[in-house]
Amino acid sequence: MSKELIHLNNISKSFDGQMVLDELNLTIHENEFVTLLGPSGCGKTTTLRILGGFATPDTGSVVFDGQDITKLPPNLRPLNTVFQKYALFTHMNIAENIAFGLKIRKKSKDYIADKIRYALKLVNLEGYENRMPDSLSGGQQQRIAIARAIVNEPRVLLLDEPLGALDLKLRQEMQYELIRMKNELGITFVYVTHDQEEALTMSDTIVVMNQGYIQQIGSPESIYNEPENAFVADFIGDSNIISATMIEDKLVSILGTRFACVDTGFGHNKPVDVVIRPEDVELVAPTEGILTGVVSHLIFKGVHYEMEVMAGGFEWLVHSTALHPVGEKVGIRVDPYNIQIMNKPESEDEEAVAVDI
Amino acid sequence: MRNAVKKLYIALIFLFLYAPIATLMVLSFNASKTRAKWGGFTFKWYAQLVHNDDILRALGNTLLIALLSSVIATVIGTIACIAMNNMKKRTRTIMMGITNIPMLNADIVTGISLMLLFISFGFRFGLGTILLSHITFNIPYVILSVMPRMKQLNPSIYEAALDLGATPVAAFFRVVFPDLMPGILSGFLMAFTMSLDDFIITHFTKGAGVDTLSTKIYTEVRKGIKPEMYALSTIIFAAVLALLLLVNAAPEKREKN
Amino acid sequence: MTSKRKWLSAPYTLWSLVFIIIPLCMIFYYGLTDKTGAFTLENITAIATAEHARALRLSILLSLISTLICFLLAYPLAMILANMKVSQHSFIILIFILPMWMNFLLRTLAWQTLLEKSGVINSILTFLHLPNINIINTPYAIILGMVYNFLPFMVLPLYNALSKIDENVVNAARDLGADNLHTFFRIILPLSVPGIISGISMVFVPALTTFVISSLLGGSKILLIGNVIDQEFTQASNWHLGSGLSIVLMLFIILNMIASAVFDKEGEGSML
Repeated sequence: MSKELIHLNNISKSFDGQMVLDELNLTIHENEFVTLLGPSGCGKTTTLRILGGFATPDTGSVVFDGQDITKLPPNLRPLNTVFQKYALFTHMNIAENIAFGLKIRKKSKDYIADKIRYALKLVNLEGYENRMPDSLSGGQQQRIAIARAIVNEPRVLLLDEPLGALDLKLRQEMQYELIRMKNELGITFVYVTHDQEEALTMSDTIVVMNQGYIQQIGSPESIYNEPENAFVADFIGDSNIISATMIEDKLVSILGTRFACVDTGFGHNKPVDVVIRPEDVELVAPTEGILTGVVSHLIFKGVHYEMEVMAGGFEWLVHSTALHPVGEKVGIRVDPYNIQIMNKPESEDEEAVAVDI
Repeated sequence: MRNAVKKLYIALIFLFLYAPIATLMVLSFNASKTRAKWGGFTFKWYAQLVHNDDILRALGNTLLIALLSSVIATVIGTIACIAMNNMKKRTRTIMMGITNIPMLNADIVTGISLMLLFISFGFRFGLGTILLSHITFNIPYVILSVMPRMKQLNPSIYEAALDLGATPVAAFFRVVFPDLMPGILSGFLMAFTMSLDDFIITHFTKGAGVDTLSTKIYTEVRKGIKPEMYALSTIIFAAVLALLLLVNAAPEKREKN
Repeated sequence: MTSKRKWLSAPYTLWSLVFIIIPLCMIFYYGLTDKTGAFTLENITAIATAEHARALRLSILLSLISTLICFLLAYPLAMILANMKVSQHSFIILIFILPMWMNFLLRTLAWQTLLEKSGVINSILTFLHLPNINIINTPYAIILGMVYNFLPFMVLPLYNALSKIDENVVNAARDLGADNLHTFFRIILPLSVPGIISGISMVFVPALTTFVISSLLGGSKILLIGNVIDQEFTQASNWHLGSGLSIVLMLFIILNMIASAVFDKEGEGSML
């Protein structure tokens, strides 16, 4: 991985006696697309605000490229922010909005004009110089907010739920746009969202947060396939989280039945949680399964069928392209590679959440 | 440090705003009849207030007009808001423009314009003309506080009530009205306060022999204000203050305006 | 249904016609006629006579000065209040409206007591070994009375406009490199223009037209245009002249209304 750019060291922050961040440590690399992902109130926005300079941590330090910037005001930081709901200056036109930072840095008129043209081209809004922000759609305002930030050539762009106010179609489109822009600009993006799909689509690295703690840091694949605790497993995608016992290395007892797995190092006869993604549960003939059960619910989801199968006293969530009607007896099989073993939650923040947000 | 400066600044402004009020309160306990000298502490003005029929009658008029004018203005203003909400944008803009006239116009101009109206059409000057005038300048306060709430109102809630079987009238009173209530209430209070504090318009539209507290004080200025007046003002102010503190101390969470 | 709703506007339409529109027409009628009912411009040109012109000039001067002072006092105050993030927006408004429950005339008269030669303020100044101020019955006292009475009307619209500014817009300016000064002049000040315009017109019009403050704090010698008009109506009973002078005053008021209509289309700077 490329050079380390930002270090957040032991950051704690509380508001009105409420702990929002607790001893947070995070390293962000140059040219990385990092997403802070978590439910509302997990501390992701506060982390971003501390990076931007809009909040000061109670303890800990922010080090940027070897320099401590913890106390540096936002106007002196080499980062720029794209705010939630855009925060465009409604009394200025688009060109003036984009030129704002450049004028403050006393750039020449020609330089500013060039930059405005370049930025509007980058965000696909050429010719919008003289429009007022109010006359633009949400998606367009979003692009202007990005243009306004990037003309200042920040080394890091901070984005606070920038797509939150857009509709689904536009959101998906903007995800690709953002990836394209990031590659074109070659800078670091730190992105905050509660939308796991956005995080999985765009990020190089996902930082899953809950209740002020980082739950897991990793690539989208590792976060999805190898969640480290029940919270991560539950928050990212659908999953079956089942209480189990690790009998020995590579052998786990799930619902009283022995399953082969690939994990090692959890000890002997130790209680653990296992995560099995619904698309990894194979439904076979009753005689061929490790477990047998009965289909209790069936919903057509477009790409696949979503079924619930009662087996071993547990309601298994299963995604499959093959249809098994309600009441059918089925066997369940899981490939050893698809069984992810996790330690039992040690604290509340690591537990699975009831509702996905 | 900066916080200290800010607090000091706020304190100074409030000192400026409330110093005259404190002065009047002190004067109400001043045994000396002139306000220039402190003649010792006394309650006698409060005692004499009860027997001062002139002041009590003026007080009665003031309260009666404030109450009637604000109630009537609230009713007319609220109905006007409902009507305006359903108007075409152009008509509404014109209506709001007219509403703004008494707000932006000078009180003296409003006062004499009403006086000329009453003279020309042979109204008998008295409580009635004061009341009509106060209603006129109170309606805009009601409209300006109800209208924003009206605009925030989700039109679906009215339709939802109809959908659930309410008659239009029931739908309005059971669903829309409660939502408008904070605006209506603040409009009413604003109107009541403005009526109570008004001097200029009353000055031009009152008849001889009829006085509100304001006009009574104005005529007393030359002769010297009776200390009972200070006592009365202190009582009114203290009562309002007590009421406000009570409302604010109430544990229920009140909606932000 | 819709036709029924249209009738709802009838009471207010009728009311504003009878008690707002017609009375204004009456002023124009009286202002543009003489005692015989014949058309004349004399009542309006009367503003040019030395006495009236002097009163108008003084009124404009004093009201401009007090509007400026109100603005300078109120803007920092409104900024501090808006930044306090008091959860009860209405509480702030209340504090400024509360004094109105003590009669306006009495409150203004109380300044006599405070400002007198041996009054409270001078006693304090003497105690602090500072020079005394003797401004009672001078134009300065009138300015003070204007600022005192109308300050809330400047503070409230400014406070409203300032507290409506999205915190992130200010943050965005800082993020883009603006220091405090830049942020203030390029972002906060322009975004509060509706409040400024509304505040100015809320203070300037009553200050320009007052006759009470000048007669309570200015002694009997200082005449403002409001005093002149008041005398024409209540003492001289010359309604035609009084109306004519009022029409002149209304020119200023209309200018004010146009300014607020142009700068505050959304009603963002409203007081409530």
